[in-house]
Amino acid sequence: MTPTLSVRNLRVEIPTRHGALTAIDDLSFDIAPGEVLGVVGESGAGKSITGAAIIGLLEPPGRVAGGEIRLNGERIDNLPPAQLRKLRGKHIGMIFQDPLTSLDPLYRIGDQLIETILTHERISPAAARDKAERLLVEVGIPAAGQRLDSYPHQFSGGMRQRVVIALALAADPALVIADEPTTALDVSVQAQIIALIKRLCRDRGASVMLITHDMGVIAETADRVCVLYAGRLAEIGGVRDVVKRPQHPYTAGLMAAIPSLGDALGARLAQIPGSMPRLGAIPDGCAFHPRCSFAFDRCIAERPPLYATACGETACFLRDPQRVAAVAPSGGAA
Amino acid sequence: MSEIVAPANIPPAPRSAFRRFLDSDMFYSFIGSPVTVVAAVITVVLVAAALAAPLIAPHNPFDPASLSITDSLLPPAWSHDGTSTYLLGTDDQGRDVLSTILYGMRISLSVGFASVLLAIAIGVPLGLIAGYSRGPIDALIMRVADVQLTFPAILTALLIDGVARGIAGPQAYNDVVFPVLVLSIGLSFWVQYARTVRGSVLVEANKEYVLAARLIGLRPAAILFRHILPNVLGPVLIIATINLALAVITEATLSFLGVGVPPTQPSLGTLIRIGNDYLFSGEWWITAFPGITLAVLVLAVNLLGDWLRDALNPKLR
Amino acid sequence: MSETGLAPQSESQAQSDPPLVRIVGLSRIFDLSKKWLNRMLEGGGKVMLTAVDGVDLSIGRGETYALVGESGSGKSTIAKMVVGLLPPSKGYVTIGGIDIWGERDATTHRRLRRRIQMIFQDPYASLNPRWRVGAIVAEPIKAFDLISERHARDARVGELLSLVGLDPRDARKFPHEFSGGQRQRIAIARALASNPRFIVCDEPTSALDVSVQAQVLNLLRDLQDRLGLTYLFISHNLAVVRHVATRVGVLYLGRLVEEAPAKTLFAEPRHPYTRMLLDSVPDIDMTGRERVPIAGENPNPISPPPGCHFHPRCPFAFDRCRVEAPAFKPVATGHAAACHAVEEGRI
Repeated sequence: MTPTLSVRNLRVEIPTRHGALTAIDDLSFDIAPGEVLGVVGESGAGKSITGAAIIGLLEPPGRVAGGEIRLNGERIDNLPPAQLRKLRGKHIGMIFQDPLTSLDPLYRIGDQLIETILTHERISPAAARDKAERLLVEVGIPAAGQRLDSYPHQFSGGMRQRVVIALALAADPALVIADEPTTALDVSVQAQIIALIKRLCRDRGASVMLITHDMGVIAETADRVCVLYAGRLAEIGGVRDVVKRPQHPYTAGLMAAIPSLGDALGARLAQIPGSMPRLGAIPDGCAFHPRCSFAFDRCIAERPPLYATACGETACFLRDPQRVAAVAPSGGAA
Repeated sequence: MSEIVAPANIPPAPRSAFRRFLDSDMFYSFIGSPVTVVAAVITVVLVAAALAAPLIAPHNPFDPASLSITDSLLPPAWSHDGTSTYLLGTDDQGRDVLSTILYGMRISLSVGFASVLLAIAIGVPLGLIAGYSRGPIDALIMRVADVQLTFPAILTALLIDGVARGIAGPQAYNDVVFPVLVLSIGLSFWVQYARTVRGSVLVEANKEYVLAARLIGLRPAAILFRHILPNVLGPVLIIATINLALAVITEATLSFLGVGVPPTQPSLGTLIRIGNDYLFSGEWWITAFPGITLAVLVLAVNLLGDWLRDALNPKLR
Repeated sequence: MSETGLAPQSESQAQSDPPLVRIVGLSRIFDLSKKWLNRMLEGGGKVMLTAVDGVDLSIGRGETYALVGESGSGKSTIAKMVVGLLPPSKGYVTIGGIDIWGERDATTHRRLRRRIQMIFQDPYASLNPRWRVGAIVAEPIKAFDLISERHARDARVGELLSLVGLDPRDARKFPHEFSGGQRQRIAIARALASNPRFIVCDEPTSALDVSVQAQVLNLLRDLQDRLGLTYLFISHNLAVVRHVATRVGVLYLGRLVEEAPAKTLFAEPRHPYTRMLLDSVPDIDMTGRERVPIAGENPNPISPPPGCHFHPRCPFAFDRCRVEAPAFKPVATGHAAACHAVEEGRI
C-alpha cells in the first residue's frame, strides 16, 4: 500500500556567512494511511523544520538541499510555489502551536472557515457555510451556528485550537501535520485536544504527523514514533516498543529523565550529561557520542547508519548485527 | 552534584573589541550593502570637510573684510567668465560659493547634531519616566507630547525664534541666535524619542530581569538607568540618525525663510535663499551647488539610518 | 557566610519548629475597570479580578512546598506577593516572623529582602541581555554590600558559577551565548548570591527540554541539601512535583482546594479537581490506566462560578456546591481539602 507520506534522505540546509548549516541530515520515514506518527525531539533537533520542509514553508534562507518527499506516491518537494500552494490545505492540513496567532484576529471564525473551504472546493457559499457549521460541531464547539459569527478573541485557548483543527480538516486532507498542538494549552485541555485530533483523523482516514517534545502526548496518541537528535534520526519504531524498550542510548536517557507519576516519590531524576550540540558544532561520527556512556572508538570516527531492530530501526553501532553478540542488554538506561 | 560536559578545549582568549566588531554580523551586513558603504563614505567625507573648513576652504566667507563686492556674481571656474580663484563662483556679496558651502555645512551640521542631542536629552528621560511610572505622570507627559505634535516642527521653531527675538532685541539676538536655533529645533523633535522609549520601557518593565532587580530592593531610578536604558537605546540610535538629516533640513528651511542664522554667517539654507532671487536671471550656481550638497548630505545620512534600522532589528538577521 | 547543611526535617520535627513562611488570608484583587471617562460614556460597571482569594499556608524550614495550578489559578500572583513584588489586598505574609509589607524599619526590611530570592520561568527574559553574566550574578552582592572589595567579589562570583555547574570564566560572556538550561543555571547562581534562606521557584523548568529539566531539578535539590534552603516550588506539572515536593497545595481559581504531604496527595487525593488533574497527566508508562479527563475549560477568572468555583466541571456537584463556597477543612493529619462532598464523607 502506498504510504501517505514518504520521506527519503531528506536534507535541509541553512546557508550562513560561515558556511551551510545542516539542519536535517539524511532523514527517512513513511507514514501509512490512517497512521499517527510522532516526531519527537528536544529544541534544536529539527522536528519543526521537518514539518516546514514537507509543507514547503521553510523560512528562507533555509532550503531543501537533497532527498525526496512524496505524498501518495507523487513528489512534492520539487513543485513550483503555485502548485505547492494548491497542495497545502487541500492535501496537507497544518495545525500550529499557538492558537492565538494561527487565526486572523480581524475576521470572524466563520469567514475564515468558509474562505478555506471555498479555496479548495467548488460549492456555493451557502453550502460552504453549512459545511463550516458541521465542522465546528465535529470539533466540539457548542452553539456552532452562532459561533460562526464570533471573532477569535471571543474564544478561549482550547476553543481556538479546536477551530484551528477544524480549519486544518476543512478540505479533507490526506495528511495533517500538527506542530506542538497542545504546548500552549492548559494541562486539563491538552488531553481533550489530543483525543480530538486522534478521533477526527481516524474517522476521516487521515494520517497525522504529530510533532512534539512531550513524550507523554506521544505515548497516548501515536502509533509509531521517530526520535530526532541534532537533525538526524536516532530511532524509529512502534510507540510501545520505543517507550518501553528504547534501542538508542539517547532515547533511553530521554525516557529515564522524564518524570512520571509512577516514579518513586522524591526520587532523583536520571539525567543525560551535557546538552544537544548546536547546528554548527555537531561532532564527527555519531552526534550523540560525547554524552553517551556506551560510546566506543567506532562511534567517534564513523556516523552510524540505520540498523534494523526487532521493532523498528535505530542509528547506533550497539545494534550492529555483527556486534549484537557482545552488547549490553537492550533498553538499558544511561 | 550535577555534571556538565567539560569543554574539550579551553575557550579562546577574548578577542579585542575591534576584532569582534570586524567579525560581527553587523559589520558583515554593512560591507555587504554597497549603497550603505557609499552613503557612509559620503557622510564621512562631508563631515570631515565641514570640520576642516578653516583649513581647506580657499577663502573665509565670514570675514567681511576679505570680501570684495567687485567679485560678486562670478560664475564657476569652468565657465567662460569664471576664474580659478572662485571654483564654484561667487554670490551677490562676493563670497566664494565653495568656501561658503564648507563653512555653511559646518553650521548646518553643528546645529543639526546639537538639536538632536537636545531632543534626546529631553525625550529619552521623559520617555523612561512615563513608561515606568504609568498612571498620572505618564498621562501628563503624553498629553504634553500630543499637544506638541499638533504643531508642525517649523511652526514651533518659528514661534520660539520669534519669542527669543522679542525678548532679546535685535542687537542681543545675534549673540544668542545659535542656542535659540538649537533649542527651537530640538524642542520640536523630542516627542518621537519620548514615545518610542516609552513603548520600549512598557515592554521591558514587565520582563523578569526587571523583577529580579526589584526583588533585591533597587530603587526605580537605578532600575531605569542601569537596567532598562541600555535595552531601549537601539531605536533611539536609529531615530537619531534619521533625525539628523531632518534637523539639517529644518535649519536650512529656517535660514531660507530668513529666521535662522544671521546673514553674515550664511548656512546652506541662506545660500539657497540668496540664490533663489538670482535663479531666473541666470546665476544658477548660487542655489544649485548648496542645494546639491544639502540633498546629498541628507540622502547619505538617511540611507545610513535605514541600514542601521535593518541591522539592529533582530528579526531580520 | 555559608549555612550549615540542613537535611529536610522529619514530620515530628517540622511540627515543633515554627514554620519559616506563613501566609495568612492572602488575597489580591485587580481592578481591571475601564477608565472613569470610558465607563461614563460606554456604560458598564467596575470590573474586578480576584486573582487570589484567602489563601492560608505555611512552609517549614528546609521543606519544599509545591503549589500546583493551571493558568488563572493565581499561583504567579501568590509568588509575587510572597517575595514582596506585589502588595496583598488582604492578608499578610511573614517570613522568619517578619512581615515584608508591614515592616517599617529599613534595616530589618533590607535584611529580610536578602533572605528571599526568586527563580523565574523564562530563562530568556530573566537575565538582562546587555549585562555580562559576571555583573548579573554580582548584582545582589553589591546591592546588599556583602563584599566590597572587587577581587573578592569576582572570586565569589566564580565560586557561585562553579556551584551551579558552569565555568568561572563564563562570567565574561553575555547571556545570549548560553542555552536555555545554562541561563537557568546563571539565574540560580544569581539567586544564591545573597545567601538566601528562602527561594520561590516559579515554574523553573517549564520552558526547558526534558533532559535539561532533569539536570536543573537535580541541581536545585542538591543545593537545597547542601545549603539548607527552603523552596516554594510553583508548577503545573504534577509529575515534576512528585519528584521535588515535601508538601503540595492545589490551587483552583485563586483558592486552595487541597493540601497534603506529597505522599498522601498522590496516593489518596480527595478533592475532585486534584483527582482529575492527576488523571490528565499523560500516561507515559503506558499502564493503560482508567482515566477520566476533565471536562470543560478553566473559566474566566473575572467572573468565576458562584459557590464552589469548580462545580460546573465536577461530577460530584450538588445544590450546596452552587451556592456555598466550601471551607478548607482537615480530612486527616496534615491533609485538608475544600469540598462539600469530602466534608460530608460522600467521596
